[in-house]
Amino acid sequence: MYLSRILNSKKIALSLILGVFLTFVTCKTFAIQHEEHAVEASESHNEKEFSPSEVILEHIADSHSWHLWGHTTVALPVILYTDQGFEVFSSAHFEHGHADYKGQYYTYRLVKDKIAIVGPGEELVAGANMLNMHKKLIDFSITKNVVSMWISFVLLLIIFFSVSAAYKKRAGKAPKGLQSFMEPIILFVRDDIARPNIGYKYQRFMPLLLTVFFFIWINNLIGLVPFFPGGSNLTGNIAVTFVLSLITLIIVNVNGNKYYWKHIFAPDVPVWLYPIMWPVELVGIISKPFALMIRLFANITAGHIIVLSLISLIFVFKSVAIAPVSVAFVVFMDVLELLVAALQAFIFTLLTALFIGTAIEEHHH
Amino acid sequence: MELVTPEIGLVFWTTVSFLVLFFLLAKFAWKPIMSAIDDRERSIEDALLKAEAAKEEMSRLTNENEVLLKQARAERDLILSEAKKIKEQIIADAKEAAHKEGARQIELARVEINNQKAIAMADVKNQVAELSIQVAEKILQNQLQDQQKQDELVSQLLKEVKL
Repeated sequence: MYLSRILNSKKIALSLILGVFLTFVTCKTFAIQHEEHAVEASESHNEKEFSPSEVILEHIADSHSWHLWGHTTVALPVILYTDQGFEVFSSAHFEHGHADYKGQYYTYRLVKDKIAIVGPGEELVAGANMLNMHKKLIDFSITKNVVSMWISFVLLLIIFFSVSAAYKKRAGKAPKGLQSFMEPIILFVRDDIARPNIGYKYQRFMPLLLTVFFFIWINNLIGLVPFFPGGSNLTGNIAVTFVLSLITLIIVNVNGNKYYWKHIFAPDVPVWLYPIMWPVELVGIISKPFALMIRLFANITAGHIIVLSLISLIFVFKSVAIAPVSVAFVVFMDVLELLVAALQAFIFTLLTALFIGTAIEEHHH
Repeated sequence: MELVTPEIGLVFWTTVSFLVLFFLLAKFAWKPIMSAIDDRERSIEDALLKAEAAKEEMSRLTNENEVLLKQARAERDLILSEAKKIKEQIIADAKEAAHKEGARQIELARVEINNQKAIAMADVKNQVAELSIQVAEKILQNQLQDQQKQDELVSQLLKEVKL
């Protein structure tokens, strides 16, 4: 299948780049000897050793404030749900993690950009997450990723409302301007994703597929822009891909017809195999969207990590001489990521359509 | 581990925002866009089908026209050849009639000429006879003026008479 060929070629390209990258990393000891060429990296003004992995993880993680440029940072609102009630305050109170904030019910501290409750005896109680729900602190803050998501929503609404208006205004005429740019993409989703995979009932699922496709694509693209309003890693965040794949899971199973369920609970195998088949099929239900979640998350995060690693090279070597090499590779990676941005949106939508198609298929065998 | 652990807050906001976005786009963007595209495609298809039908109709009409033209041509040729035949017939008839008429006229003329000739001849004969008689009279008058000559003639005549 042509899809696996694309995936393979991407793997090849990635391993090639990683190989080149690793070659440079081995030169690190050599480069450190030339410290007289070292430049003052902006991060190293506090005389701390530059740690690429820390910087990279900080950049791809979510944050309670949005660093715009230089020392300009926008503090975002913090909304906490504690066992005592809601707490709303500005993240500016944390002073970038240098200060604790005494709220109405507890004292809060920013630890690695995550909010924790400081107990009376200085012990820290971390907030809840999806793996550990039973905590007295749940963080509903409007974080950088949430703001970035809303920016993408506004963009999507502006783009597609204007396109929709254009269709109303130019009914029956040839598309023009933005409309003519979007129409082939919409038709691509319809003719190359929905129709071949879902069949004649595709129309019911078009709004979902289009929304998912454009949501992932535009957020992938926003993630590639290194400064405001880009710079977030939304589609490379597991919470976002989790929600998207959860929607796929729900849509697929809600629309599953009797053939789909028969295939799971009464497949065409000897009856004594059923105890083996049921767990396998049930795992299959979960694993398909799970793979979607991991694929999108890993692809986008990997792209960001590679780009940030290449940039970090300059600060690891403490040499401007390495900058042209870094920039060249970053440009190459960015171009590749442009492709990946569209490709991952396409793959996510395609597989969603494929799963829906298998769930609503009329006759098996 | 932190990287692959979904945060509840972001899961919540993503779910809420995505659903809102989905319903807004579905209602105000995708529905009109898809129906507009479908309508346009249908109208284009209709137009193409109609054009095809019109083309067929056109070729059918052209064929019909050609057949009609051929028929008309054949008819025209037929009519022309008939007219030619008739014309030839008429000319032949006319010629024959003219011949006959001419012959008759000539015949009449000849008869008339003969008659006139006969009349003229008769007239001439009468005149000649009269003239001859007058001449003879004059001669006789002259000759019979002297006696001798009368006697001579009588003798002559008597000699000629054979009894």
